[in-house]
Amino acid sequence: MILFDNVSKRYPGGKEALSDVSFGIQAGEMVFLTGNSGAGKTTLMKLIIVLERATKGQVIVQDVNLNRISAKHIPAIRRNVGVVFQNHQLLFDRNVFDNVALPLYIAGFQHREVGRRVRAALSKVDLTQKEKAYPISLSGGEQQRVGIARAVVNRPSLLLADEPTGNLDPELSKEVMDLFIQFNQVGVTVVIASHDLGLISRLNKRQIKLHEGKLL
Amino acid sequence: MKTPGATTTSISMPDLMTAWLRSHRNVAIQSLSNLLKNWLTSLMTMMVLGIAMGLPLLLYILLVNVLNLSENFDGKPRISIYLNKQLEEADIKRVLTVVNEHSNTQSFRYISPEEALADFQFRSNFVDVLNTLASNPLPGVVELIPSYTDPVKLRSQIMELEKLQEVDTVLADLLWIERLFSFIKLAESVVILLALILGLGVLLVLGNTIRLSIENRRNEIEVVKLVGGTNSFVKRPFLYLGFWYGIGGAISSWFLVHICLLFLSGPVELIAQSYRDHYALVGLTFLEGLVLFAVSSALGLLGAVLAVYRHLRIIDGSL
Ligand SMILES: Nc1ncnc2c1ncn2[C@@H]1O[C@H](COP(=O)(O)OP(=O)(O)O)[C@@H](O)[C@H]1O
Ligand SMILES: [Mg+2]
Repeated sequence: MILFDNVSKRYPGGKEALSDVSFGIQAGEMVFLTGNSGAGKTTLMKLIIVLERATKGQVIVQDVNLNRISAKHIPAIRRNVGVVFQNHQLLFDRNVFDNVALPLYIAGFQHREVGRRVRAALSKVDLTQKEKAYPISLSGGEQQRVGIARAVVNRPSLLLADEPTGNLDPELSKEVMDLFIQFNQVGVTVVIASHDLGLISRLNKRQIKLHEGKLL
Repeated sequence: MKTPGATTTSISMPDLMTAWLRSHRNVAIQSLSNLLKNWLTSLMTMMVLGIAMGLPLLLYILLVNVLNLSENFDGKPRISIYLNKQLEEADIKRVLTVVNEHSNTQSFRYISPEEALADFQFRSNFVDVLNTLASNPLPGVVELIPSYTDPVKLRSQIMELEKLQEVDTVLADLLWIERLFSFIKLAESVVILLALILGLGVLLVLGNTIRLSIENRRNEIEVVKLVGGTNSFVKRPFLYLGFWYGIGGAISSWFLVHICLLFLSGPVELIAQSYRDHYALVGLTFLEGLVLFAVSSALGLLGAVLAVYRHLRIIDGSL
């Protein structure tokens, strides 16, 4: 599913955020990406959806070599990956339904199909009754779940989440984590960046540990 | 290794076209409803555009009316065609036929030497002097009122008439009409210049408005790109926004011009009355209105295209 082969990433004018990283993730796996702040977790995820490009090495995702892909093909890559990113959260000028429907509008789904899939996604995160609500009126945990619904509405085979429990209290964190486990159980490959080591250790999943851009 | 495109066939090929059309329709409606939601700001921008476009438009319309007036005006130049003396009835007929068939002849009147003499005697005290003359010294005259007062047309008409062998001289007072026309030419240049300058202003205002809109929606743009929106999908709402602004600008300039005309129609009627005449100001014709909307929406679209390409980096960004 994901293959990193000697990947390095240096930001322009910055130090190396990733150095010589090599690993593979099988389809259907659930993997945690751990490490301190600044270890390179976000950078690694950005490489997977071509928000950034590797300066060295190969990144291969779903059999596509992302180094060789042209800008015009990037949207197609991203439509097949669900992402929950910290600083790309909900749009506050539209209700929950329209937030979740955004990837479907972009892909050009028919109105009826959009409604069906959005409701299916909202029911998975247990927010069916909130589809008309505006994000501002939701709690932090609910907002996070709307974000997850948006990430899975397109039924991607790969789900990336960057610190999805970052601002949540332990109980809500566990709820959100359970959601990811459920998606993984129906076959979705899940990669979660997190430094919530307590929660991770209890889940007993594979961990990819980063420290200052290097694999541990 | 698969091609990247082949990995995402969430919709089948025949659906792509309808999906594309549906997306356009949705974006068009969405951007219009966004404009209406912030109607006060939209209205102000549209009024600025309306003023910028309305100014040259108003001048143009006034010019059209001046031209119209000069056509209907009583003070149209008369062309006096003095015929040679001692012409046969047939020769006079031939001249009158030529005059009649000319495309720029609105009406004409033949004044025979006898009539001219009678008129002259009626109006002057030279009765005695004239009576002493053996023959009538006055020539036959054709008084012609041209259809168009365009000096170029008049000049060629006069030249043609002068070539006739029965015609002695052709007189017309073209000076004032030529002055009027050179003034109109100048005004036309002013209209064009003003339209160009203010058109540039419209582009700048639109460019800036769209830039603000792009910056306000930076977060949305990033999210859209994150979930697989193409660049053209991201740009589309802004292009439609420009288009709608153009339409709104056209509407407001149309109103501006017609309100001004309404305001001017009173004084114009007063002037017309002083000439014992009527004159109703004409507004934009249907075709001119159509041109206004086409030009304005094209300007809107162009402004949006420029803004979008200037701020592509926000759209492309690090994404
Ligand atoms: N856009 C950027 N430009 C320059 N340096 C960056 C940029 N993004 C991240 N970095 C640097 O790269 C390193 C890794 O960052 P990041 O991937 O965000 O780590 P993490 O997500 O594990 O906290 C950090 O030192 C950070 O300062
Ligand atoms: Mg991070």
